[in-house]
Amino acid sequence: MENTKSLEVLAPGPLTTVQDLGRPGFGRYGVPPSGALDTFSLRIANLLVGNAEGEAGLEITLMGLRVKALTDLNVAVTGGDLQPQCNNTPLEMWRSHRVRRGDILLFKAPRKGCRAYLAAGGGIAVPSVLASKSTNCASHFGGLEGRPLRKGDILTANQPQRHLADAGRALRASMIPHYSKQWLLRVLFGPQEDDFTNQGKELFLHAPFEVTPQSDRTGIRLSGHPVERKQRLPESIISEGVVSGTVQVPGDAQPIIILVETITGGYRKIATVITADLPRLGQIKPGDQVRFQAVSLEQALEALEHMEAIIARLKEDAQGSPSRLPMKTKIKG
Amino acid sequence: MLYKRLRYRTMGDRALLVELGNEIHATVNQAVRALFITLEKHPIPGVTDVVPTYRSLLITYNPLAISLTTLQVEIARARKRVKPGDLPEPGKFEIPVCYGGRYGPDLEWVARYTGMTPEEVVHLHTGSTYQVFMIGFTPGHPYIAELPEALFTPRRETPRSHVPRGSVGVGTKQTVIYPFESPGGMHILGRTPWVLFDPNRSPPTLLNMGDRVRFFPIQEEEMGCWKTRNPWKS
Repeated sequence: MENTKSLEVLAPGPLTTVQDLGRPGFGRYGVPPSGALDTFSLRIANLLVGNAEGEAGLEITLMGLRVKALTDLNVAVTGGDLQPQCNNTPLEMWRSHRVRRGDILLFKAPRKGCRAYLAAGGGIAVPSVLASKSTNCASHFGGLEGRPLRKGDILTANQPQRHLADAGRALRASMIPHYSKQWLLRVLFGPQEDDFTNQGKELFLHAPFEVTPQSDRTGIRLSGHPVERKQRLPESIISEGVVSGTVQVPGDAQPIIILVETITGGYRKIATVITADLPRLGQIKPGDQVRFQAVSLEQALEALEHMEAIIARLKEDAQGSPSRLPMKTKIKG
Repeated sequence: MLYKRLRYRTMGDRALLVELGNEIHATVNQAVRALFITLEKHPIPGVTDVVPTYRSLLITYNPLAISLTTLQVEIARARKRVKPGDLPEPGKFEIPVCYGGRYGPDLEWVARYTGMTPEEVVHLHTGSTYQVFMIGFTPGHPYIAELPEALFTPRRETPRSHVPRGSVGVGTKQTVIYPFESPGGMHILGRTPWVLFDPNRSPPTLLNMGDRVRFFPIQEEEMGCWKTRNPWKS
């Protein structure tokens, strides 16, 4: 494997980590999946630069990342609009761009959403730990030395020059997700919805919740009308496995949407966000408003199929891309 | 109580909780382990993870690859395949713990609460063989039960935000070991020098569900020498 120095971190911002699609399959060891919160955006960013959709990219939280290209590079920025710039000029999102050695990319401040994804052609060459390049910051493994990026870090990519000809690829405008400060999240009730009062369930569906500043990659903490459990029931249940999107309600009756850094839990869970809406969880930030809407399993799966169809279409476009084929041949020869 | 039939609860559109009983009990937990090992041996296509806990398994799956109905049929089939005689022998571990002092800031509190001397608490804690009921909370973090009744305590009223790595804590009927510095609500009796989680090994955890565990006391000056004798299978 030929790795080339690709990016130098000039400023890391509050939290920038290396993430891919996570490490499912190690729950028995207490290992949470980690990975990009907004997997849709990361997959798209990778496809735009000609990577495999599950390659690692940078997850940039809110603002502040400043990186210098150390070689000519094909990059794409997707996800939340953190006002990305290249050499102080706005960089169009959801499209790949060829940047030159010495160019500086900056994520200024959040305009919409919470997390941006930066993919570079050739990915990020870090070792795969437990089948993934994702960073688990709490347990210090994966990603770059198991930690968020720091000033001075140098990232490497696998043969980035092979991806330069893919620059300019874009996601159709109609398929770009819209983020606002008001979120409607689709849920399926369960697994413990029967432990809540009828009023609790009603309020859960109809009252808006505010996202608190205590939210992070382990969970989105909400505050609002208390979601009350039935009276005789204790606060905790016997600990069991959880998945991201599950909405647990601790003793204070304020719901928490579990995210990817949690693997087991001992609180009652009223509902679970559908898989198609999980990527949007990564774009919710403190101060935003969240409402829940109950849907059927059929509707949930239809929404998931719709999302996967967007990805599949982009993959087809990428394969048919005229720039891609000669490039490959050239390298082989 | 062990249920006669598996009970299912859906967790959204891509996870299914399979419950085998309604309490923290060795029989229930052994049934969970047996089903888990069977599912590991005969994996169901479309299943992305299986997380065994005290009394249930959480099965995560790709709903575009396998339907909920088919999944339930496959799990019921796996249950019928379980042969208790086929299960691998659980591991046996004797874990060194430096009790009290700066490593065990809550030993005195537990002694007062249970009406014993700190020495008696250590004597009792090291006097039984326990079972690992599950790994969860953080990577490699074991839930070990069941303590002698005289050692039952409520959890700390205010959990600590930073419990040092290796801390051995008790609360309710259980002992836990914190493999990483993390928040924690247990009473810390001591610390083990052993490393419980190493992501570069396979398996990455020292202790696994079903393992039998005893604790034995070591002195503060012995912490270093036991560190080098971590019993990982290489």
